[in-house]
Amino acid sequence: MTPVGLILGTPLLAALVLAWITDYRLSSALNLLASLITFGASLFLFGVRIPDSLWLFVDDFNIYLVVLTAFVGLTTSLFSVGYIAREKAEGHLTARHLRFYHAMYQGFLFTMLLALLANNLGVMWVAIEGATLTTVLMVSLYRTRESIEAAWKYFILCSVGIALALFGIILIYLAAQPAMGPGPEAMAWTEVLRAAGRFEPALMSLAFVFLLVGYGTKAGLAPLHAWLPDAHAEGPTPISAVLSGLLLNVALYALLRFKMILTANGAALDPGPLLIGMGLTSLLLAGFMLYRRNDIKRLFAYSSIEHMGIITFAFGMGGAVANFAGLLHMTMHSLAKSAIFFAVGIISQIAGTKKIADIRGLTVSHPLLGWSFLVAVAAIAGLPPLGIFMSEFLVVSSTFARQPWLAVPLLIGLLVAFGALILKLTGLAFGPPSIGASQRYHPLALAPLFGHVALVAVAGIWLPEPLLRWFQIVARLLG
Amino acid sequence: MNFHYSAAHLIGALVLLLGFQLLYQRRIAAVIRSFAVQAAALALAAAWQAYIQDSPHLYITAAIALVFKAMIVPFALNWLVVRLGIHKTVETALGIGPTMMIGVALVALSIVLVLPVTQNASALTRENLALAMSVVLLGLLMMITRRNAVSQVVGFMALENGLILAAVGVKGMPLVVEMSIAFSVLVAMILFGIFFYRIRERFDSLDLHYLESFRGER
Repeated sequence: MTPVGLILGTPLLAALVLAWITDYRLSSALNLLASLITFGASLFLFGVRIPDSLWLFVDDFNIYLVVLTAFVGLTTSLFSVGYIAREKAEGHLTARHLRFYHAMYQGFLFTMLLALLANNLGVMWVAIEGATLTTVLMVSLYRTRESIEAAWKYFILCSVGIALALFGIILIYLAAQPAMGPGPEAMAWTEVLRAAGRFEPALMSLAFVFLLVGYGTKAGLAPLHAWLPDAHAEGPTPISAVLSGLLLNVALYALLRFKMILTANGAALDPGPLLIGMGLTSLLLAGFMLYRRNDIKRLFAYSSIEHMGIITFAFGMGGAVANFAGLLHMTMHSLAKSAIFFAVGIISQIAGTKKIADIRGLTVSHPLLGWSFLVAVAAIAGLPPLGIFMSEFLVVSSTFARQPWLAVPLLIGLLVAFGALILKLTGLAFGPPSIGASQRYHPLALAPLFGHVALVAVAGIWLPEPLLRWFQIVARLLG
Repeated sequence: MNFHYSAAHLIGALVLLLGFQLLYQRRIAAVIRSFAVQAAALALAAAWQAYIQDSPHLYITAAIALVFKAMIVPFALNWLVVRLGIHKTVETALGIGPTMMIGVALVALSIVLVLPVTQNASALTRENLALAMSVVLLGLLMMITRRNAVSQVVGFMALENGLILAAVGVKGMPLVVEMSIAFSVLVAMILFGIFFYRIRERFDSLDLHYLESFRGER
């Protein structure tokens, strides 16, 4: 069996098996095991190069996202063990819900990995649609009025988004047809990229607008972000972690694949300014919105919109440095944001509330949790010397070098968001504690949090040579 | 060839016309009926394309449209309306008159956008695409201007009808059948969601009582 078969087969099989297991302890252990196997298999991709087919392929760009997705999938499933046990004990979730939850979790990982590995544009689309279906079911897991509203809003907005993206794909196929003729080759990404120079440029420009609106909705770019804060806030916290850490990246990945086709064509509309515009709007809008959040999960959901804005901006700028910064930021944001959601999950469980005003003095009452949460938030706010500072610094400096005027709104957005997060953080972390020190949490629950924070901290100071070289290769690939 | 072209054009225009009909219905039952007819017209369009392009797999798309969208979905929607006691009239966020005007403008927009960029494609493909894009935009318009969850879902399915119309009109497009199956799963899930969660209204910040109960600053 090839590693690709194992990467896709494990979560799919696990989803089917987990749907039948009623004992939640067994199913969360199996969930963890399946994620571990998937992550293990993804590491083999570094060693063995799989020949591309018309359906699945591995290249320098998606390999790194596959490994990142499998890794965050693994750590989140580890975090989920403790989280779920507590929710079950407190009676928020029943065994039937949990059977469903674990099956959907693996189903979600399967769709994410399929979307990344798919060479066929249609298969990638079907996988992203499948991701909507599985996450919608998880967002509505608690069956409260708020969670149902959130799930419905998410479902309708993303269904429309995904439908418009499909229209864009049909247009791309139509643009490819004169050059490539009918058949599956004209939908295979590797083939399309090779022939892109001979496509109809005007048709591709029209297609990209639909794709941008479609996949942009899924990536949470303003002004199409309305579903994101609700879906993050109302679902179980492990799901918020994978929504922010994985789903947004994959949606952006899909958009970047199409950007590469347009860039390869040359004569079509330049996707750069569109991406820059949407990126800056997301950054500024989310930055200002951060100040008025009262719900801790919503706060970090808006921060995800802000960071997706920065990443989109970086890829919109293009060029070796900005693309490098975008890739690094994508990785760092995934790790740091899922770490924050791990911490927020524990905090809201021990505090019994998600209201920011009611949570104070975490570093005093729970030092280990409080300080690691503090480091993770400092990382996401962009404090040096952590990983996100480095990528933001690269984005800003490359913007200054090429388009100094654009750097002004970018810096304003970054500073506004930074101020908001630090302001909220001081209240949460310091002062007289509001949570009794007797409130305990599962000691293992902190392990994934530590792991992510350590990676982000190390990446700020030192990137291993092979990783660095590799990011540079992908940055060049992105054009 | 000429007859092939005219008939395809006629069926495509019929789908678009039914898209307009969806916009001015005032009763839910009539909206559902118009949607069923539109889906049947789409089935006809897909079957006709299967015949003239000589691609038998499109007959499957036609069959899905006819059985699932023109029969099962309207039946399920009617059942939901009765079962959940949904208001029999359509609540609009925008009057029928302005909505129709915007609809006409959207059709003009899609013709202006599509025809110049597809000069190298065949006439059949170009015009089919312009019609399909109009249907997509009308579906989107319907979703925006309706309050009830059911008519909003009908808007989504009308949008999807436009997509399938576009996909069957492009010669040799792979995965059309798979895409229509994927959409059917999505629609089935939405209907299931309405029933399961008893969603009568769409959640919208325009509704003041929602605004009071839990919106605001969180």
